[in-house]
Amino acid sequence: MEEILFEEILSSYRGDRSELVPILQDVQANLGYLPEKAMLNIARFIGVPESHVYSVASFYAQFRLMPLGKKRVTICRGTACHIRGAPQILGEIEGIIGINEGETSEDLEYTLESVACIGCCALAPCLKINTDVHGEMTIEKVKELFPALEKGESDV
Amino acid sequence: MSSDEQHKVLVCQGTGCVSGGSEKIYSLLQEQAGRSDGGEIHIKRTGCHGFCQQGPLIVLEPEGTLYTRVKTDDVPEILQSLLPGGKLLDRLFYRDPLTQKAIPKYHEIPFYSQQERVILRYCGSIDPEDIDEYLAVGGYEALRKAILEMSPEEVISEVKRSGLRGLGGAGFPTGIKWEACRKAPGDERYVICNADEGDPGAFQDRSVLEGNPHSVLEGMIIAAYAINAKKCIIYVRAEYPLAVNRLKIAIEQARRNGFLGRNILESNFTVNIDIFQGAGAFVCGESTALVRSIEGKRGRPKPMPRPRTSEIGLWNNPTLLNNVKTFANIPLIISQGSEQFACKGTEKSKGTAVFSLTGKVANCGLIEVPMGITLRKIIYDIGGGILKGKAFKAVQTGGPSGGCLPESMLDMAVDFDSLKQAGSIMGSGGMVVMDEDTCMVDVARYFLDFTRRESCGQCLPCRLGTKQMFDILDDITKGKGKPEDIELLTELSEAIKKSSICGLGQTVPNPVLTTLRYFKDEYEAHIKEKKCPAGVCMTQKEST
Repeated sequence: MEEILFEEILSSYRGDRSELVPILQDVQANLGYLPEKAMLNIARFIGVPESHVYSVASFYAQFRLMPLGKKRVTICRGTACHIRGAPQILGEIEGIIGINEGETSEDLEYTLESVACIGCCALAPCLKINTDVHGEMTIEKVKELFPALEKGESDV
Repeated sequence: MSSDEQHKVLVCQGTGCVSGGSEKIYSLLQEQAGRSDGGEIHIKRTGCHGFCQQGPLIVLEPEGTLYTRVKTDDVPEILQSLLPGGKLLDRLFYRDPLTQKAIPKYHEIPFYSQQERVILRYCGSIDPEDIDEYLAVGGYEALRKAILEMSPEEVISEVKRSGLRGLGGAGFPTGIKWEACRKAPGDERYVICNADEGDPGAFQDRSVLEGNPHSVLEGMIIAAYAINAKKCIIYVRAEYPLAVNRLKIAIEQARRNGFLGRNILESNFTVNIDIFQGAGAFVCGESTALVRSIEGKRGRPKPMPRPRTSEIGLWNNPTLLNNVKTFANIPLIISQGSEQFACKGTEKSKGTAVFSLTGKVANCGLIEVPMGITLRKIIYDIGGGILKGKAFKAVQTGGPSGGCLPESMLDMAVDFDSLKQAGSIMGSGGMVVMDEDTCMVDVARYFLDFTRRESCGQCLPCRLGTKQMFDILDDITKGKGKPEDIELLTELSEAIKKSSICGLGQTVPNPVLTTLRYFKDEYEAHIKEKKCPAGVCMTQKEST
């Protein structure tokens, strides 16, 4: 199935090397990450060495080389969030869901990551769960957002 | 309240308010307004109103009443209050943080009344997804004037006369850049809008794109006409999905209305605008790195000596690169004239500046002020002072390339040159206020942690220098600092500043240098007494 999807994605590009970043973004948007095989195929499609695709994919913060969890928790580590307690929020979440920043849980339920700035500085500290932004976070609000886990239920 | 006037309910749909549920509020209002029989009520979606901290925000026009922290449950009562004889909901009024006095009208709230909104003039009043609303306030008139009544040279000299300087941070004179780009030899020419707002603690470019995308497009099209470019690119962060979406809608609408594409306004001028989504790299704010990233490469700055991007840029062609807010100023300069623009600001920094005012200040949000205003006015009059009555300690401007300024600098006029002289920079407009509970060594460590991750790794001073500086600062915050560390940090800073190949490396030491300059006692307390005066750092008792 991935193969067909992959063909479909590439069909809207010309195969020019300048399209590399948009293609990587498109593939990742559809597959959730950049599998090794996809990167090999992209290299062939735009006619560059595989190492070039890898070098670009590993340079930008947006690209993932591993699958993401179903719930992607992104903690903002912008300046306003930092001085308003983002490190404590991160620590609390790490404790509740049991993984560290940059990790994905084994059951692929959660990915916990940080980002330079979400751009909601007036609502600092803030975080994102998938695409939803949650502002003015407190330890209490973290507990409300991740309640099931607190009781040790990490089911779907 | 009178019932003959049409009521408008403006619902903020900026990212901040959306996170508070304003999309749902908007759709509920629309749904229920249709059912009410209280005459015409027009429910309108707008961009960012700026006062994000108080969101979700709703403004009732024509009275100008501001409702703050609106919830979905408030919707029926909000609609009822607009019926003849209805009463306004005072529980939703903004309250002065000190006196708790309710201030119903938004233009009477100090946060708004002290601002001068030029770039943001229509953010929060027009629907960013409807070109007709932009046209109704004179949108695209400047483009019409430029293309039909002015030569490209006249456009450039008007921009030069205005004194506008690049609002991306460096403050290079815009008109001079345009002229250099027009004169540079090359077959093709490009206009790029830098919307890769990578500074942590800044969201002003995002708000302009979300609130009034057409003003940026109009500025870009005028720039393309002035330098004779056929293609424009908006380089926008992929982390800003709402901005990307509104830009896509705006580009399509501009095309359908004949402002983009072939033979614009039936002239011979043809130009298109594409969106390129930045994949997340702070260094791509540097022009040569940004250009390389569009070319499908790693975003690493070109080695020295390098030509200016305005001469040899994208695909080795002359490329004009300006910030979002710089472009947003252009329509106004063309339609009202450069004199009008130059009235505001200081001798060498004209116009206004947009800041994201955040941190430990009572009123957080997006503000616009004339250049030359004092920091004190911004923080105390607009920002309402420090949260919870704590003492002010520092204000950080310019993000990771900027610095922290102490209380003694509060009466300094804010413009490109004075900030630079104080050891900071204007930057793209982040302004983070810090109070007595903020540790300045921790802040310096925080910025070096950021830049050490974001260094592209190409040149040694930046790659290893940031790591060394971070390690020293980390040790100090853990109580393992040595007396010679302060001197070592200063020495490293000077070396990195002098020998890095791009603007990132050259400005990386600024947060350390300014905190050393203005808050040396805090470093000394950490090192000598193993104490963090602000109580932030986990200073360990035992030494290694």
